[in-house]
Amino acid sequence: MMAYLPLLQIFMALLLAPLLPGIINRTKAFFAGRRGQPLLQAYFDLWRLLNKGAVYSRSTTWLFRLGPIVILASVLMALLFMPWGGLQSPFSFAGDLLLFAYLLGLARVFTVLAALETGSAFEGMGASREVFFSALCEPALLIGLAALARVTGFYSLSSMYGAITPALWLHHAPVILLLIVALFIVYLSENARIPVDDPNTHLELTMIHEVMVLDHSGPDFAFILYGSALKLWTLGGLIIGLLLPSGLSPLVSLVMFIVGIILLSVLVGIIESIMARLRLVRVPQMLVSAGALSVLAAFLA
Amino acid sequence: MQLSLWLILLSILALTIGAFLAMLLRRSPAAATLAGSISALLACTLGFTAAARALYLGGSAALSLHWSVPYGAFALQLDPLASFFLLPIFALSGFAALYGAGYMRAYGREKSLGAPWFWFNALAATMALVILSANGVLFLMAWEAMSLSSFFLVTFEHEQARVRHAGWVYLVATHLGGIALFLLFVLMGRASGSMDFSQFHDLPLNASAISLLFLLAVIGFGTKAGFMPLHVWLPEAHPVAPSHVSALMSGVMIKTGLYGILRMLTFLGPPPEWWGWLLIGIGVSSGLLGVIFALAQHDLKRLLAYSSVENIGIIAMALGIGLLGLSTGHLPIAALGFAAALLHIINHAVFKGLLFLGAGSVLHATHTLAIDQLGGLLKRMPVTGTVFLIGAIAICGLPPFNGFASEFLIYVASFRGITTMQGFGATASLAIIGVLALIGGLAAVCFAKAFGISFLGEARTAQAQSAHECAWPMRLPMIVLAALCLALGMAAPLIITHAMAAPLAMLCRCDAQNIQAMLAPAMQSLQNVVIVGTGLLLLIGLLAGLRLMLLSRRSVEQTGTWDCGYAQPTARMQYTGSSFVQPLVDFFCAFLRTRRQSDEVKGLFPREASLQTHSRDLFTERLYDPIFSRVGNFMARLQQLQTHSIHLCILYIAATLIILLVWKLK
Repeated sequence: MMAYLPLLQIFMALLLAPLLPGIINRTKAFFAGRRGQPLLQAYFDLWRLLNKGAVYSRSTTWLFRLGPIVILASVLMALLFMPWGGLQSPFSFAGDLLLFAYLLGLARVFTVLAALETGSAFEGMGASREVFFSALCEPALLIGLAALARVTGFYSLSSMYGAITPALWLHHAPVILLLIVALFIVYLSENARIPVDDPNTHLELTMIHEVMVLDHSGPDFAFILYGSALKLWTLGGLIIGLLLPSGLSPLVSLVMFIVGIILLSVLVGIIESIMARLRLVRVPQMLVSAGALSVLAAFLA
Repeated sequence: MQLSLWLILLSILALTIGAFLAMLLRRSPAAATLAGSISALLACTLGFTAAARALYLGGSAALSLHWSVPYGAFALQLDPLASFFLLPIFALSGFAALYGAGYMRAYGREKSLGAPWFWFNALAATMALVILSANGVLFLMAWEAMSLSSFFLVTFEHEQARVRHAGWVYLVATHLGGIALFLLFVLMGRASGSMDFSQFHDLPLNASAISLLFLLAVIGFGTKAGFMPLHVWLPEAHPVAPSHVSALMSGVMIKTGLYGILRMLTFLGPPPEWWGWLLIGIGVSSGLLGVIFALAQHDLKRLLAYSSVENIGIIAMALGIGLLGLSTGHLPIAALGFAAALLHIINHAVFKGLLFLGAGSVLHATHTLAIDQLGGLLKRMPVTGTVFLIGAIAICGLPPFNGFASEFLIYVASFRGITTMQGFGATASLAIIGVLALIGGLAAVCFAKAFGISFLGEARTAQAQSAHECAWPMRLPMIVLAALCLALGMAAPLIITHAMAAPLAMLCRCDAQNIQAMLAPAMQSLQNVVIVGTGLLLLIGLLAGLRLMLLSRRSVEQTGTWDCGYAQPTARMQYTGSSFVQPLVDFFCAFLRTRRQSDEVKGLFPREASLQTHSRDLFTERLYDPIFSRVGNFMARLQQLQTHSIHLCILYIAATLIILLVWKLK
């Protein structure tokens, strides 16, 4: 059983990740008094897209076709290191958190380059905002993880999150609370959710992430959608891991983790229902404050 | 060992012969190019092999020849640190020579190519000599010769006023830095009683005098390296030089400044803590401001020059954490920091060389470097575009390329610092982590702009429309350098354990086995990084296969870009480089102070409108311009003494003589 645990973890992530957008959408529908789309809509979309042909812009070259592949591959590799609460990650080593952050960075660069390749003004605009916001998220994420490294004495994701016990939680409660807030802001921004970006907006002019992938179609777009769902899962792991104690039996940990990720998606749905998106000029301020919270956490640690 | 030293001397001699041969054959551009580039290629191959052999064998060799210069001695020394720095110098000089053979052909119709090839070979030879010198006088002379040969290369197109201006700025800056170095060596020579490097160890000086020497080294060598705020010559001089020279200057010449600092560190004994602080401070400011200025630039080579300042900042941070570890007794952190610095020196030479060569091909094909005038070049220049993309990803520090390996080591050193150090050491580590993360994000913006706007989308001008791929002598070095970006990323653990242990042992003052033992955990991590990188490439291949399989029997169509229902998109409607970075430029307006000149849109049916933005260097504008204009005013006042009247001149001479006489008699 224990030997197959890493495989089970990967399998669960791969299988359940597309459920998360569905949960967010159902939560929003509940708040709006609608029935909403089916919970498994993302699976249907993926299946439909994988069975389609593709249409490419004449402006694009091989780079545009490579983009979705690199995006999905990088997120899949990052999945190997993501913390699973109290569980050991399938692959871990000292410093893997950097590879985790930079693999997501690689995915982002290819999203942006594929967007620029179309030559569309809208996609350029989305790309410009994406790189700006993510440049501000990066220090918030890594300083936050540095604070956690200082508290736990490790700098591999798995060991850091594995060292979070109730005693440590109580002793360093302010640090961990600040971290949760900072990482949650990073999570919202990196996953293109309200209040940074609205995935449901109908104007290309106001989109960030959605507008960058306008020209992708068929299996390419399926790769991108699946990559986004996996990113929701992996970055969510950074937050849920802070709340779950380690040392429980593996199966209990696994179930608690999955329940946690699902609850996090419900929370995102609630936030999207009860607040409006920030004006674009305000977003940097929020991201800088996430960085400030991380720095504060690091100084308290 | 002695053989390696002689072989390197032989390669310096071959470079010199090639230089004079190119000068002799200056009447025929083709012959001068052939003489200059072939000799440089052969000499660099020989020199690289010899330096690699020396590093592999370990140990050091010295050579002292008779020289009748006062205090001077023609003393050379080839130790692991020197061999290590010689490797990128010879490698990049060789690649640049091959590239230059194709690149300079376009200039051959209007200009003699004797002089540029003379100075190119001279630059390569003097850089090697700087690294080998083991005597203060010889070092300063080689240093000056290196500065002058690069000055003449920078001013190659001296018909243009901006080139002359850039050359002038460079000449002034390099000599102001040179004064600090002159003082440094005079002080060290006075304290030790000799100008030989072998006498510089354990100087009989107190701590504050040693620190003064360190400061002089940071100022003097830092001017060459491009430490902010001493960097102002860099974004002027690098863009105007011929592109293969820009590659050489940005890739390796500025690293001789870092070599100088490292060499001084081996003389100055155990460092106090604040040296580490100083270098971390310099690194943070150079790194952050360098990348912020880079992303506001409109000129591709100017952007790359500022990015060199950024990378020098990253190296300075690595050196700083290394020094901090050394001074606080955390030897593993010291070893990690220095290893990261040395690795980034090599990596930056490779990708910055590649990027400058790529920019040169763009200039060659389109006759412009203005990013906003380009576009769509990946379709017309597939090889240049692909290698530029690889260089851009590598310089952003993204896996699986080499930039990630060195930045990873700096992070690991800092994470070690934050978990094991207390107080200020932990704060410094935190600062490095935060700044490096921000630099990483901003560098991604900068190179998404540099590559994305120039090479992707549609051509914005007719020049970009008619671009063509460059010739093979230019393509080949770029392809090899791009391959090196991946290979160095994959071989990083091997390189560190085998090639760096000896130079690191010199810097950390312990033996090589000890270094290897201390670096072992980090190397384990780095090996895992390599495994993940390989896995990533495999997965990309797998997914690409899956995509091909899925699309194999389905319709794959081509159409116009979806522009929200608008059917007539033109190339001018694309986002430009300026608009791409506008949010960030506004965000960092405190540093950039970008000026806008615009003709407002007037009336209901506006005919024309224009917008120009210009980001001048903060330090040029706020620091150096005021100082130099004051100095200029003061000097102008002195000019009143000079009236061109022979009577007055004789009066001055007589007065001076009388004053001297009185002073002597007193």
